[in-house]
Amino acid sequence: MGFDQYHEPPEELSAATRTFARLCASLTEEAEAIGWYEQRLAIETDPEARAVMHDAQGEEFKHFSMDLEFLLRRTPPWREIAQGILFQPGDIVEHGEEAEAEALDGGGPGAEGASEDGSLGIRSLRGASR
Amino acid sequence: MNHLLRSHAPISDAGWQLLDQEATERLSTALAARKLVDFSGPQGWDHSAMNLGRTSPLASAPADGVAGLQRRVLPLVEVRSDFTVSRAELRDADRGAADADLEELDQAAHQIALAENVSVFHGWPGAITGIAEASPHEQVSLGEGTDAYPRHVALAVERLLCAGIGGPYGLALGREQYRRVVETAEHGGYPLLDHLRKILDGPLVWAPGVDGGVVLSLRGGDFRFESGQDLSIGYDSHDGETVQLYLEESFGFHVATPEAAVALKP
Repeated sequence: MGFDQYHEPPEELSAATRTFARLCASLTEEAEAIGWYEQRLAIETDPEARAVMHDAQGEEFKHFSMDLEFLLRRTPPWREIAQGILFQPGDIVEHGEEAEAEALDGGGPGAEGASEDGSLGIRSLRGASR
Repeated sequence: MNHLLRSHAPISDAGWQLLDQEATERLSTALAARKLVDFSGPQGWDHSAMNLGRTSPLASAPADGVAGLQRRVLPLVEVRSDFTVSRAELRDADRGAADADLEELDQAAHQIALAENVSVFHGWPGAITGIAEASPHEQVSLGEGTDAYPRHVALAVERLLCAGIGGPYGLALGREQYRRVVETAEHGGYPLLDHLRKILDGPLVWAPGVDGGVVLSLRGGDFRFESGQDLSIGYDSHDGETVQLYLEESFGFHVATPEAAVALKP
């Protein structure tokens, strides 16, 4: 098994960062799988095979969405930007620019707290040294 | 705005970042239980009890031909530690001062971490059963000299193995015992800290509030810390000179496998 999801030496990364990297890698894999099924479905003519692949692609939609939600929960600025873009009608690029400016130019979470629930976001410390 | 009322405080965004960062750094160093037991949540401030999956019989039923049971749950506890921050210090921090006096915050962080450690490892009468008090194993006495520490820790590990409790294992050590370990090199210069880690095949954690030490399995499923509201800074009140704040959390703790730990007496 490879460890390509780490861009830096894994032993120098915290457990939380390693988990984050694993989920980022998983998100990428699910997005790739969605694209592959889309291509296969575009050319497959056998109805039974199409039904199987359609069901499989639905699984990948679910996996991708769960990975994304996990990552957004752990990354408040990312979540804040995503909230300004996802499921919003209108111009995607415009929403993106506005959401980015609001999230990053505001100087950080401030009174909102480091985490979505206003907490410090410490959670588990398994893997922390000492 | 949630119950922490943070946006009512006369504190800038930069000030809140400073306070949150300082608290996180202090807490992360001292929160020993979270380095060793399973963590679930946070479930939120309105989460009030842990599900135990158990029931109690009821003396009667509301109608004939009906049987009833009552669910048993473990209520969460709340801990809060108040502290004060000088508004002049916060203004200086906004100007770029890198040495803001946050001593009361540091002290509150240490105390609330201590409370969490003590609750998990030794219990909180009437509220939480701790790991050491739940363990059915005979306690191992550490004694004054560190020479015997490897033997005592190995004995604890062997007791866990005899009980069918697999590793890796972790060791929470109280302040005095931890200091003795890190300052000691065994014959040949090998650090005692590394020797103990090899015996455990896991971490050795500085655990302020722990009396002696606790060896426990890290295989998972044995000890569950359930967070309601995770550690947060909230706003209470302010005057012209100071801001009154507090550190707070709610949590429950349940020992599912009492035999998965051995307490080490000081």
